[in-house]
Amino acid sequence: MPRRSDLHHVLVIGSGPILIGQAAEFDYSGTQACRVLRAEGLRVTLINSNPATIMTDPEFADATYIEPITPEFVAKVIAKERPDALLATLGGQTALNTAMALHEQGILEQYGVELIGADIDAINAGEDRMRFKEIVASIGAESARSAICHSMDEILAAVEDLGYPVVVRPSFTMGGSGSGVAHNEEQLHRIAGGGLLASPTTEVLLEESILGWKEYELELMRDKADNVVVICSIENLDPMGVHTGDSVTVAPAMTLTDREYQKLRDISIDVIRAVGVDTGGCNIQFAVNPADGRIVVIEMNPRVSRSSALASKATGFPIAKIAAKLPSATRSTRSPTTSPARRLRASSRASTTSS
Amino acid sequence: MIPAVLVLEDGRTFRGEAYGAVGETFGEAVFNTGMTGYQETLTDPSYHRQVVVMTAPHIGNTGVNDEDPESGRIWVSGYVVRDASRVASSWRSRRSLADELAAQDVIGISGIDTRALTRHLRERGAMRVGIFSGDAIGDGLVDRVLASPGMEGSDLAKEVSTDTAYVVPAKGDKRFTVAAMDLGLKRATPWHMSRAGCEVHVLPATATAADLLSVGPDGVFFSNGPGDPATADYAVDAMRGVLDAGKPVFGICFGNQILGRALGLGTYKLRYGHRGVNQPVQELATGRVHVTSHNHGFAVDAPADGTAIATPYGDVQVSHIDLNDNVVEGLKCLQSRAFSVQYHPEAAPGPHDATGLFAQFAQLMEA
Repeated sequence: MPRRSDLHHVLVIGSGPILIGQAAEFDYSGTQACRVLRAEGLRVTLINSNPATIMTDPEFADATYIEPITPEFVAKVIAKERPDALLATLGGQTALNTAMALHEQGILEQYGVELIGADIDAINAGEDRMRFKEIVASIGAESARSAICHSMDEILAAVEDLGYPVVVRPSFTMGGSGSGVAHNEEQLHRIAGGGLLASPTTEVLLEESILGWKEYELELMRDKADNVVVICSIENLDPMGVHTGDSVTVAPAMTLTDREYQKLRDISIDVIRAVGVDTGGCNIQFAVNPADGRIVVIEMNPRVSRSSALASKATGFPIAKIAAKLPSATRSTRSPTTSPARRLRASSRASTTSS
Repeated sequence: MIPAVLVLEDGRTFRGEAYGAVGETFGEAVFNTGMTGYQETLTDPSYHRQVVVMTAPHIGNTGVNDEDPESGRIWVSGYVVRDASRVASSWRSRRSLADELAAQDVIGISGIDTRALTRHLRERGAMRVGIFSGDAIGDGLVDRVLASPGMEGSDLAKEVSTDTAYVVPAKGDKRFTVAAMDLGLKRATPWHMSRAGCEVHVLPATATAADLLSVGPDGVFFSNGPGDPATADYAVDAMRGVLDAGKPVFGICFGNQILGRALGLGTYKLRYGHRGVNQPVQELATGRVHVTSHNHGFAVDAPADGTAIATPYGDVQVSHIDLNDNVVEGLKCLQSRAFSVQYHPEAAPGPHDATGLFAQFAQLMEA
């Protein structure tokens, strides 16, 4: 992979303490990123608050800052180190959120730091649920059907279409209070009525329930030349409703016909293009109705995720390594050369027939 | 459980249990790396006289449905799986794969180490194989395998081709008439052409250039198919006749090899071939990589760097190569309106990255 000549110094945001959103797999991916970037001849600065990580061992970065992963501290590191680029897609959700905050505060622009791996627009599109739904609709795929309601009359009208069970989520409440699943009208009155009261805007989101549907994930990577590969598919043996983190997962997906798998693949590729993950990995989650095969796109992570480690180990494809390499590369495919396969071919030429 | 044994021509054997029909069968042992699409694979006429080993360890998971077959029957001469699924999980499933194999009299074996078998075939190359189950197990099995015909020098396209011509109507407005030579055509191919506005006249493999031209085609298509391309002189003659007439030509797989031969290029047998749904193919002109569906044991012999070669029909160059081994995956004529690919843009099974080639054929016919 030829390297971009305008990049010399990259700041990597590490995984921090081991919590949901910044777990141990991000030490794994971040360590690979540091190693790869240095092998490419780039200066690597690392910030990570957790010294009990492999990546903070002295040999992995040119400069390592054991500081809190907050916009304030990362801004100070940027001011001191003056990197050309920031790689935040390998440190989990915390790293991504921090990068977003630095962008919003104008720090990245102030110091001329390029966000590599996924741009702001791509991160926004992946994180903002309504925008993501629009993107999914724009490529002709489906999200779970939903309706925003402001009164019990609207709620009852919406449920006619959505059917039971229905998920109720009040808007702008803390910690999901007032949300729940209603299986009949009586429960709906109770949950949605409470939800309207709990919401400061008297607003609830009703969403069709996809509990019990088959759950799949695809891990994808894309390069600057718009080449896209699916690294692998993953099937959750436990259906929708059991959190992926608690579920037994298998790679590759086990219970999809080729037609259905290719549909998921086509949607995934359209999504990664529409969202604009230009150089790196992403993970897209699907629910498939076991009764009629209807496909619903659940969400997308524009970064290396928890599933990436499983996908890497299952396939042998070094996702984190390539995700670190792609943003600094000009292209990912090699040019045709004389390879050992040519020689092998010559040896099988004994059977060549000419017309 | 009915015992079964798989015997390779070099004497290596694997013991397992009968899967599908019971008895004995022979063919060329090849492996397919697709994780999905076993129904399409089984019904692909290009697998005629081949015993297909699936590297995906769990087969039959989605049962058998009525929509996915690529032809009217299962063509593989034998089927080898590691772990045959006992239950099917798919809303479209109608029956189990084991029952379908038995109903179509296809002899299979399950419970063998398909990984070891695949490694063996990679090292030693594709070779003849026999599967024996039940009463068929006896003495001299290797000799029986050695007595069966090999793939090289086998002319098989006529055995799988349609007996009579038929027409697949265009979907929507008809823009083009296409004559398609069925050398082992999959259903997905005319389906894609139909969607590109082509009325497809499918003709048997015995069709001559005159037969193909008699439907008044805007373009002529040469399909995929089984066997050794070096034996298919009749198809090469038909191809030359079509090129002489100056008609646009598109070929897939076997059709690619036939175009190569018609232009004077050679073909050769690959050691173990490409069979699967994740082969990276690069278009040399653009550098773009498509992940593609493959099923070929032979390939065209031409320079993989895209050097133009002079032929009686003008210059030809290699347009696509496989990034795994630099094997020729496509040809493009520079003066004649003809192109072909070794891989399967119709997918089924496989990714849809290359379906744009059907539009390219339409463009060629428009010009």
